Amino acid sequence: MSSLAGDKVLLRARSSVCALYGFALVALALAFTHPLILAAVALATVVAARLAGCQRQLLIATRFALPLALMLAVINALLIRDGVTVLWRFGEVPLFGQLDLTGEALVYGLLLGLRVVVIIAASSLLIAIVDPDDVLRRMRRSAFRSALTAVLATRMIGILTLDARRFDQARRCRPDGGGSGRLGQLLLVRAVAAGALDRAVDVAATLELRGYATRVAPSRGDRVPYTRDDRAVLASGAGLAALLAIGIATGLALFEPYPRLTIVTGSAELLFAALIVLVAAAGPLIGAPRGRR
Amino acid sequence: MSALLFDRFSYRYPGQPEAALRDISLTVEPGEFVVCAGLSACGKSTLLRAASGLVPHFHGGEASGHVVVGGLDTREHGPGDLAAVAGTLLQDPETQVVMQTVGAELAFPLENRGLSRAAVARGVEEIALTLSIGDLLERPVQQLSGGELQRVALGAALAARPSLVLLDEPSSQLDPVAGDELIWTLRRLNEEWGTAVLLVEHRLERCLAHADRVVVLSDGEIVCDAPPGEMLSWAGEQLPALQTPAARLFERAGLRPPPSGVKEARATLQSHGLLEQSAVEGAQPAEAGAPRRSSRWQRRAAPRPAPALACSAVGYELDDGRTVLRNLDLSLAPGETLALIGRNGAGKSTLLRILAGLEPPTTGKVEAAGRVALLLQNPGDYLIHERVDDELPAAVLADFGLSELAASDPRDLSGGERQRLALAIVLGGAQPAAVLLDEPTRGMDRAAKGDLIARLRGLSQAGTAVLIATHDTELAAELTQRTVLLSGGRVVADAPTAEVLSGGWHFATETARILGGQGQACTPQEGGDLLRARMTVELAP
Repeated sequence: MSSLAGDKVLLRARSSVCALYGFALVALALAFTHPLILAAVALATVVAARLAGCQRQLLIATRFALPLALMLAVINALLIRDGVTVLWRFGEVPLFGQLDLTGEALVYGLLLGLRVVVIIAASSLLIAIVDPDDVLRRMRRSAFRSALTAVLATRMIGILTLDARRFDQARRCRPDGGGSGRLGQLLLVRAVAAGALDRAVDVAATLELRGYATRVAPSRGDRVPYTRDDRAVLASGAGLAALLAIGIATGLALFEPYPRLTIVTGSAELLFAALIVLVAAAGPLIGAPRGRR
Repeated sequence: MSALLFDRFSYRYPGQPEAALRDISLTVEPGEFVVCAGLSACGKSTLLRAASGLVPHFHGGEASGHVVVGGLDTREHGPGDLAAVAGTLLQDPETQVVMQTVGAELAFPLENRGLSRAAVARGVEEIALTLSIGDLLERPVQQLSGGELQRVALGAALAARPSLVLLDEPSSQLDPVAGDELIWTLRRLNEEWGTAVLLVEHRLERCLAHADRVVVLSDGEIVCDAPPGEMLSWAGEQLPALQTPAARLFERAGLRPPPSGVKEARATLQSHGLLEQSAVEGAQPAEAGAPRRSSRWQRRAAPRPAPALACSAVGYELDDGRTVLRNLDLSLAPGETLALIGRNGAGKSTLLRILAGLEPPTTGKVEAAGRVALLLQNPGDYLIHERVDDELPAAVLADFGLSELAASDPRDLSGGERQRLALAIVLGGAQPAAVLLDEPTRGMDRAAKGDLIARLRGLSQAGTAVLIATHDTELAAELTQRTVLLSGGRVVADAPTAEVLSGGWHFATETARILGGQGQACTPQEGGDLLRARMTVELAP
């Protein structure tokens, strides 16, 4: 998974404002479990992805998240004994004791799953719209070691993925198939892991050779002014961050799963949810028309 | 001030009993083009790492003596400081790029020097134009081929216009056309900008004509430091594995001194009247070429044995719609040896993977008379255990002369040994119907190459069809009977190797380029014999 380039507002805007925009969506999904707010963040993410042209990345991430979400929902429903609305009594189960399926645990499990899906989807949007090279350049000035680690990690993902693909092809070229099933996978993982340190050392050496460690002060005479795209996405990102702060400060969208399900849904929650979608869509929509910045 | 100065420098890697470099004294002056040669594991790459400051700052170990790069002593300045005066390109292009896009990669060293945005943009544009990679600037690096990655990494090393360039086999993944272009580019930078070049290269025939000096290393010591012609005379007596095909051609013909390149060789032969007029005026392409379909009568008259491996109407498309192979037919008889040549991206590796059953073709079909073994480009990818004898049974190791290494970690083997082990693994102790090898001589010295050729000849004589995809025309000429030239996913020439490799310029051996295709001589032996015969005729009363 990597960032995209293109002629959409969210792809043209500078990486710092795109990062603010993406992180605000992720933070909203992390901060609220209220189903209406989660649905609003999910809708905002889908709209933003469509406006950025990265629906495919979003779809891939969602497919990856769904089994995890389902597993969370099932585990929560089976193992959490809180909640007063008993839907099914399993009786005494060895190791687990008395096992009941409650409506509250079921709903909360489903909401936890939904939250995981929304967080992963918003994160995939973040990855798609933020240019990591630009972020690393900016981080380098203020957090050199973190940036070095981040460069290594970013590059190593690609290199180790290619290594794994090559090792897998080589394994399939062996007359015995190189060990089938789990054993083959284990050998593959071990081979990639064994080479990972050497590969990381090589990448780190390249960073040194390109002068990354010299810490020369960046040129200050050529700051690039904010474009209309930058300002539009910044406004949206700041708006989403403000909504997040307001929501947390005012205790909006109250949600209590146990002992009895309490979901407060009034006009304030409806307005809050609508604002999330509108603010998220506004920036990408009011950015510069195609070809103008 | 010298661009690079080694003063009695010795170095030992941490935990190693033997020194990798011993008492090295070497000077590279500004504007000099120096080639560093030697057999595998003689210390060439370590010498380059010492010049770039990675040794000892990055690798640790014990060092004595001095290395001074552009006035900076590596005892006091690390690789980051040295990057301001020296651009370095190491062997593996995959780990030589660190950013997400080509443009960002080329801009990276310029930004690290604190240049203004305008200067960075200009620098990126200029280096992209110089290396003809302008069309790659927006591409993500993970989508690039090995050859493209190598050019991008070279661009990043050259972007800041360093006064010294250190290059470790920069053309190892490039096709003959791109390899020649690269060496010419280096020569141009060297002549126009006065950039000093220290180039480590196995294929000496590619770069020797451009070099001012050649430094030969053996067991970590400099054993020869001389102009190319003198070095080749020395190699003829002391280290024949370093002789270029042109030098071997002259030796076979009994001519002296050995030439450093095609131009010098042709001038010598011309002055002795040993080049035919057609070859003097310009090589006439032999009529090799278009894949011929034999007539129905011919097919009936000369029935061929059932092929060991064949594909018909094979096409292959990538997910993004790009076509890699188009309607391709190919057939190999049992025991036949075939070379697959072509530019980077012509579809050679893809065809090999399809023939071996690693990828299904989009269209067409593949038929084999038995198992098809494939040795991919990097033999290290086959070595997944921690001991050599875990990879294969003792009897197979003995067959391949690897018994003494049974207890070693496969990662500690030399390049040639790794490849022998990988070949043993894919053959699996049995004889396959066909064996396919992708760039088997990359980074290999002549001794290891000779061993590989002997092994493949043995397989061919035993009835296994051998197919190699290679940029190494010398290997193709020495080993194969037939050569197929791929371009744009299509077969554009399919003929006997001598016919294909003697008629071209880029896809030709050095011998063929010198002789202009005369007598379809491709190897130094064939060319030398031709010249000797001509000399005998001319000397006869």
